[in-house]
Amino acid sequence: MRDAADDSDSPPSHMSEDSDGSGAGAGGDTWAPDLRGANGGNNGRWAPPDQVLENVLESVLEFLTAARDRNAASLVCRSWYAAEAQTRRELFIGNCYAVSPARAVQRFAGVRAVVLKGKPRFADFSLVPNGWGARVSPWVDALGPAYPRLQRICLKRMTVSDDELALIPRSFPLFRELSLVCCDGFTTRGLAVIAEGCRHLRVLDLTEDYFHEETEVVDWISKFPECNTSLESLVFDCVSVPFNFEALEALVARSPALRRLRVNDHVSIEQLRRLMARAPHLTHLGTGSFRSEPGSSGASSVSDLATSFAAAAKSLVCLSGFLDVNAEYLPAIYPVCANLTSLNFSFASLTSEELIPVINHCVNLRVFWVLDTVGDEGLRAVAETCSDLRELRVFPLDATEDSEGSVSDVGLQAISEGCRKLESILYFCQRMTNVAVIAMSENCPDLVVFRLCIMGRHRPDRVTAEPMDEGFGAIVKNCKKLTRLSVSGLLTDKAFAYIGKYGKLIKTLSVAFAGNSDMSLQHVFEGCTKLQKLEVRDSPFGDKGLLSGMNYFYNMRFFWMNSCRLTVKGCGDVAQQMPNLVVEVMKDHPDDEGEVDTVDKLYLYRSLAGPRTDAPEFVNIL
Amino acid sequence: MAGADVDVGTELRLGLPGGGAEAAKTTKRGYEDTIDLKLTLPTGGSMKEDAASKPEQAAEKAKSDPEKPPAPKAQAVGWPPVRSYRRNAMTVQSVKIKKEEETEKQQPVAAAATACGNGSAFVKVSMDGAPYLRKVDLKMYNTYKDLSIALQKMFSTFTATGNEGKMVEAVNGSDVVTTYEDKDGDWMLVGDVPWEMFVASCKRLRIMKSSEAIGLAPRAKDKYKTKS
Repeated sequence: MRDAADDSDSPPSHMSEDSDGSGAGAGGDTWAPDLRGANGGNNGRWAPPDQVLENVLESVLEFLTAARDRNAASLVCRSWYAAEAQTRRELFIGNCYAVSPARAVQRFAGVRAVVLKGKPRFADFSLVPNGWGARVSPWVDALGPAYPRLQRICLKRMTVSDDELALIPRSFPLFRELSLVCCDGFTTRGLAVIAEGCRHLRVLDLTEDYFHEETEVVDWISKFPECNTSLESLVFDCVSVPFNFEALEALVARSPALRRLRVNDHVSIEQLRRLMARAPHLTHLGTGSFRSEPGSSGASSVSDLATSFAAAAKSLVCLSGFLDVNAEYLPAIYPVCANLTSLNFSFASLTSEELIPVINHCVNLRVFWVLDTVGDEGLRAVAETCSDLRELRVFPLDATEDSEGSVSDVGLQAISEGCRKLESILYFCQRMTNVAVIAMSENCPDLVVFRLCIMGRHRPDRVTAEPMDEGFGAIVKNCKKLTRLSVSGLLTDKAFAYIGKYGKLIKTLSVAFAGNSDMSLQHVFEGCTKLQKLEVRDSPFGDKGLLSGMNYFYNMRFFWMNSCRLTVKGCGDVAQQMPNLVVEVMKDHPDDEGEVDTVDKLYLYRSLAGPRTDAPEFVNIL
Repeated sequence: MAGADVDVGTELRLGLPGGGAEAAKTTKRGYEDTIDLKLTLPTGGSMKEDAASKPEQAAEKAKSDPEKPPAPKAQAVGWPPVRSYRRNAMTVQSVKIKKEEETEKQQPVAAAATACGNGSAFVKVSMDGAPYLRKVDLKMYNTYKDLSIALQKMFSTFTATGNEGKMVEAVNGSDVVTTYEDKDGDWMLVGDVPWEMFVASCKRLRIMKSSEAIGLAPRAKDKYKTKS
């Protein structure tokens, strides 16, 4: 440790102004450490060289923000571990059951922001039974006393009750940012407590949370402080209950820092205009219903609305909402289209005829979310206009297997030819060809995320009737930056051989209705050295495939497998051999007498906390 | 209008939902009649409820209903992988789009009915004078009576108290009627068409003063007056 200090040519340019008062520089061969403390310069306190180094380290480590870098730094040696633990400001817990709250707060003393993720992602698709877990209460109980200066909490797929929300203003007087993504368990009552209690609130982002309809809707918007607020972001489009519009308008008027506002579908065009007039500097706008109130006498005209948007054109870069869109009003957004970098039409059922004129204006678009009603022709327009596109998501209007599907390989091919800088794509379709997927792999080498969902199960190439192996193989081979992959369509073990061979950077892999045998899993485990998250459903994999992953499970965050061919014995073998792995198995029908030995759902994850104590009845921890 | 091609022997009339055949009895007092029935009301029209509290309900319904014979190709739970949140938000939209698509086909009613086979049929309900909209899931009800009870419960805070049977607009005590916007954008009186057809074609509901219903059904308004 002293060697590191000796190497420096001069004292560090800044020292942390710590209360221990040490201000000495690093030692070297040519000059002695300036132990000013010994000379009485700092209250007569003497800072030993180790302490000095620690301060140096802490100062330097302040600059490290990425968790991966910090994790690496903490492994260098004990003093680095300690220094890093003192200076980590954001605590990221990718699996709330991987570590106990007590342990986390014990290690990290100076945390200002916490990110917690709970349920496995397949919970979004109703595959995780209700009551499984991921309640935030043990965390809130621990964070409160440990981090009184906590400013930011971000929760994803966790269950948060109103009472737990109420703990936030009580425990954290400096609280600034709350972000809840895909969470459930709270109501407007909880929101009211946050609004009222968190006097320094800057961000309240509620994204795709599951909201219970309440018998008594609380007027939470009115609970924000009466004076000017520090609000910068207010996102509540998923809080689909009525609210007090006048209170919102007044709130916006007294929130000069507000830049992001996304309202729910209870906001009409006329109301939207009023909000936009109050907040002329918005950068992100969620437009609410984008429809006139039925029967309202003072309905806005399209040109009135266009005037509102023209006024916003200088600042607005991100537009979303359109939750119940009246297509007649679409031309009103033309004034802002040229400046838009992000446009989300994914809740707006608009035809390609209605969308194409809008798309034609959006020359600077980087992120585009849309329904498949855009059609292949609409995607062609995107390809022609949005040469800077980085992220495309095409969602199905009708999310059933037998639906028509309005986009196909034609659209995908067009996009690949026009949007060469594409980095992320999510594409739901019914008809796909290997040729189109291969074309995308060749035209878009920057792809980091490739998620293709051919909705009909086991569907082959629509032209050749072959499996989709070659297409996905080309993706993993040619897209050398790929870290996330979701596969679909008819796939054999060959596809997974490709994935294992070429997918060296893949961290997240989602598999459904694919593969022939356990070899598929083996290819993935042995080949994808960076694999962290693996989700598999309805595929012919059994215990053998599971066991082929034994050497790799500790390197992963989790492995989810449902409706495959696992047995309790196979899963038990894994649990037995890997003590730091929690192996949870669930049955769809707990009362099912027959087939006691089969496992319907498997969720295994590495953990320092051991088996959790809050598991419900239907979860069996092996 | 393709929807009107089907002959159901209806006539325009004013009044609260009461079903086609029971038209003769259907008056404002329809609410009074139904109040006495001990109907278990469905839990109301929250789309988030479906998604939120019990995400496994879809799984249970899809897989474990003993009554239902398994479909030759059973829908897999959670497939395609669209978040429940998004599924619910899109349900209303897909009903609308399907109606537009079915306009060209020959069996609009039947097709429309089956098109609603999935999930829910949320529509917005506005009441003149009420400060905000509500939503109802039409699939939660089987008859106009059920719907009228639910609506009355939902907007009861805005109605005069004391006379439970009548739906009375709070401000000036005039009576109200329920209308709906159909897939063609026309505003119709609720109760004229068979229930299934109504569910398939209804895009939104509006409870308005009966005096404003003149444009919809001039003849019916006269009927209404004689009943007051």
